[in-house]
Amino acid sequence: MTFFFEVLIGGLLSGVLYALVALGFVLIFKASGVFNFAQGAMVFFAALTFVGFTEVLPGWTGMEPGSGGVFWLSFALALMSMVVLGIATEKVVLRPLVNQPPITLFMATIGLTFFIEGLVQAIWGNTARGLSLGISDEPVMWMLDEFDMMISKFDLIAAGIALVLFVVLALLFQYTRVGRALRAVADDHQAALSVGIPLKHIWAIVWGVAGFVALIAGLIWGARNGVQFALTFTALKALPVLILGGFTSVPGAIIGGLIIGASEKLAEIYLGPFVGGGIESWFPYILAMLFLLVRPEGLFGEKHIDRV
Amino acid sequence: MERKFGEVVIDLQNISLSFGGVKALTNISFDVRKHEIRAIIGPNGAGKSSMLNVINGVYHPQEGRIVFNGQERREMEPYMAASQGISRTFQNIALFKGMTVLDNIMTGRHMKMNCGLLSHMLHWGRAQKEEIEHRKKVEEVIDFLEIQSIRKTPVGRLPYGLQKRVELARALAAEPELLLLDEPMAGMNVEEKQDMCRFILDVNDQFGTTIVLIEHDMGVVMDISDRVVVLDYGKKIGDGTPDEVKSNPDVIAAYLGTSH
Amino acid sequence: MLYREAGQFKASYQEDSQIFPIRQDRVGFIALLAFFFLIVPMVASQYWLQAILTPVLIFSLAALGLNILTGYAGQLSLGSAAFMAVGAFATYNFMLRIDGMPFLMAILLGGLSAAAVGILFGLPSLRIKGFYLAVATLAAQFFIVWVLVKFPWFSNYSSSGVITAQEINILGYAFNTPESKYLLTLLVVTVLALAAKNMVRSTTGRKWMAVRDMDVAAEVIGIRLMRTKLQAFAVSSFYCGVAGALYAYTYLGTVEPEGFNLTLSFQILFMIIIGGVGSILGSFLGAAFIVLLPVFLNIVLHSFVGAALPPGFGSNLELMIFGGLIIFFLIVEPHGMARLWQIGKEKLRLWPFPH
Ligand SMILES: Nc1ncnc2c1ncn2[C@@H]1O[C@H](COP(=O)(O)OP(=O)(O)OP(=O)(O)O)[C@@H](O)[C@H]1O
Ligand SMILES: [Mg+2]
Repeated sequence: MTFFFEVLIGGLLSGVLYALVALGFVLIFKASGVFNFAQGAMVFFAALTFVGFTEVLPGWTGMEPGSGGVFWLSFALALMSMVVLGIATEKVVLRPLVNQPPITLFMATIGLTFFIEGLVQAIWGNTARGLSLGISDEPVMWMLDEFDMMISKFDLIAAGIALVLFVVLALLFQYTRVGRALRAVADDHQAALSVGIPLKHIWAIVWGVAGFVALIAGLIWGARNGVQFALTFTALKALPVLILGGFTSVPGAIIGGLIIGASEKLAEIYLGPFVGGGIESWFPYILAMLFLLVRPEGLFGEKHIDRV
Repeated sequence: MERKFGEVVIDLQNISLSFGGVKALTNISFDVRKHEIRAIIGPNGAGKSSMLNVINGVYHPQEGRIVFNGQERREMEPYMAASQGISRTFQNIALFKGMTVLDNIMTGRHMKMNCGLLSHMLHWGRAQKEEIEHRKKVEEVIDFLEIQSIRKTPVGRLPYGLQKRVELARALAAEPELLLLDEPMAGMNVEEKQDMCRFILDVNDQFGTTIVLIEHDMGVVMDISDRVVVLDYGKKIGDGTPDEVKSNPDVIAAYLGTSH
Repeated sequence: MLYREAGQFKASYQEDSQIFPIRQDRVGFIALLAFFFLIVPMVASQYWLQAILTPVLIFSLAALGLNILTGYAGQLSLGSAAFMAVGAFATYNFMLRIDGMPFLMAILLGGLSAAAVGILFGLPSLRIKGFYLAVATLAAQFFIVWVLVKFPWFSNYSSSGVITAQEINILGYAFNTPESKYLLTLLVVTVLALAAKNMVRSTTGRKWMAVRDMDVAAEVIGIRLMRTKLQAFAVSSFYCGVAGALYAYTYLGTVEPEGFNLTLSFQILFMIIIGGVGSILGSFLGAAFIVLLPVFLNIVLHSFVGAALPPGFGSNLELMIFGGLIIFFLIVEPHGMARLWQIGKEKLRLWPFPH
């Protein structure tokens, strides 16, 4: 039984990361109706840019490699890159396609995915790197003593960071003017205008926030599994998460993430051995697909009848 | 003009339909007789389009009975309605934007075409013969609606009024027994409206098609329809000949906005 | 004055509904066929036949398959490569396990197997559309490849699922030279492309397009959405499956499941976006473009920049160019190269008197 909980908790923790990527999707979808396939590539971009800066900054500035200064300066620069990337995307890719069918925009973001992946590797190189946040990946001692369970300290802290991020974002949405405008724009563009913030600023802000979320996700993921191209595939798992949780629901993204994370780990451990293992690669997708057959509107969506 | 109507084609009994909490239709009953032009009128949001959607199976009412040609129907899908001879046009033009006028109208005939995938791959013999046969029928409709010159034009490029006409053509190509028209004249200028009126009357007259028509232009409705149903807030508030309806106090109140 | 419709009057609906209603197009098409069937095998180098033309044809067929589903029937799929894999592995097993199985029959059965799997993974399309469906097709992508890797029966217990295509032998003639493999590929692709063209200009194609353009209206005029969508999935997967079989048999010789990965699926998607969504010709143009671009880039990079570039730069540049082009085409010409070609023809039709 302890083992079951170990697996479950490990799955939930990795689910938090899926949720983090999914959150970026949801933000952008809510604000501009764009299904941003490139969110995974943005996570990769963020992580690699961060690592890249930590490598070159000591040479440029004479700072101590691995020092806090390098860390925070790299963080700031990576964040700035993300904002620039987001705004450029909004201006160059999405603005010209504004009245096109959603599926066209979707395909454009697939193109964007490739572009970003090529760009960031052209700048920083193709080699896989490690990324250290200075948190050790060892079991939490009292959990081991009390419950005999191996739960990684790193995972717990990462989940904590993600949780803080969710809460902060939720508060921002709820209580700031920009947040209210964002919520309004999700429902109705006209209403948003009445809040007094121009739409294009709102979109720029959203892409900026999505970039920030991608950076956090990228750092945590990079620290866990290294910064490498494969990150973009793992990030794809955010897609089934969205299907479960719905494209417009932040709580949906979180719960969907947890469900996917937990179920794929449990399936791998308990079903995997019967079929040769490695089922993590497809399990979330099949789960999402079967789920859609039963409830096309998602976990929280409402049943909708096309109007004619 | 004295017109003779046949038996009841479709009989709607106590239809109620709601979306979540919104009641779109409440306990509505009326019938449509063979060969008549039956109008449905009412203010915006009264439930007129929903009524058509119920008739051809796009919406499924929670309550009520529908008897079509003497047979009560259960839950039915739109394609079944089509196969029983019900065609329609839409309030917001629902043409196939990526196709030409000709192809759009040809789709209206697919129910009558039987060749399968493999013979289409060859496009020889039977498939070709069938295609040509139906093309002839479609050309008749094209001539009837006077749209010969735009045959090969992609529908997206046509002005609004012509698009409406093509949509009618597509519905006619199926040679329907019952034709449902959802605001066929909305957004048209006077001349286009006159043309459309003429086509509707001609269809009714020459092919004997029964027509259910939603229209906001009272002049047109009173002119061409035989009987009128009036809906307001999902309820039926009037039913009868144009003259009867015109003098119905509830209807007058609804239209002048004094009630509610 | 060479390219004119004038003076060619259509006396019957039959003439009006030919594949190529304009005489010059007809002549051009036949000339093109003659060129690729007769001249090319004689003059093209082995490298061109084997490394360029054969893959271009095969990818054209796969793109055609995706185009039927996405361009004509409007159902976006991100799993085309997986259906190629089904075609390749099914063909392999039919050849392997049934004595005296004729090659063309094996390919046909391979395509049909892909079609069956396609129907299975097309089932979600009955309830969902758009990107929801796209995500569901990712399930096909990952699941199918996993099955082929994990169940060694499919690759006849070879290590890591690699299969080596058996020799192609049709009526006693062995297809083992680049020329013969090219010709065989060309023949299969031509036949299937013509069949596709015929399908899309008949009721079948009109139903697909109706579902694509407005599904509610399609249903109201009597089109059964379920049947039509699944048919599109089946036909599309059949084409992808045959392309996969050719990929294994006339192009690479040995393939492994991992070769049919998501990247390949995306490449096929890019072919139709750049070539032209909803265009048979576009599938060919797009495939040629995507196959040739890296070759061309390589030459340019090597001759102008040389060894000064960091490793992997070429492939990164390729990613950027592909991505950038996708965005560019979607913004500037969403109907792709096929539309550019058409516009060019319209111009030519009026030339030299543009009024
Ligand atoms: N698919 C749907 N989902 C939810 N509500 C719907 C749907 N279709 C119609 N309604 C609601 O049902 C009510 C009646 O709508 P309907 O379209 O039938 O009105 P109408 O009489 O055709 O109005 P109009 O003159 O504006 O066309 C409205 O309140 C509308 O919002
Ligand atoms: Mg209406």
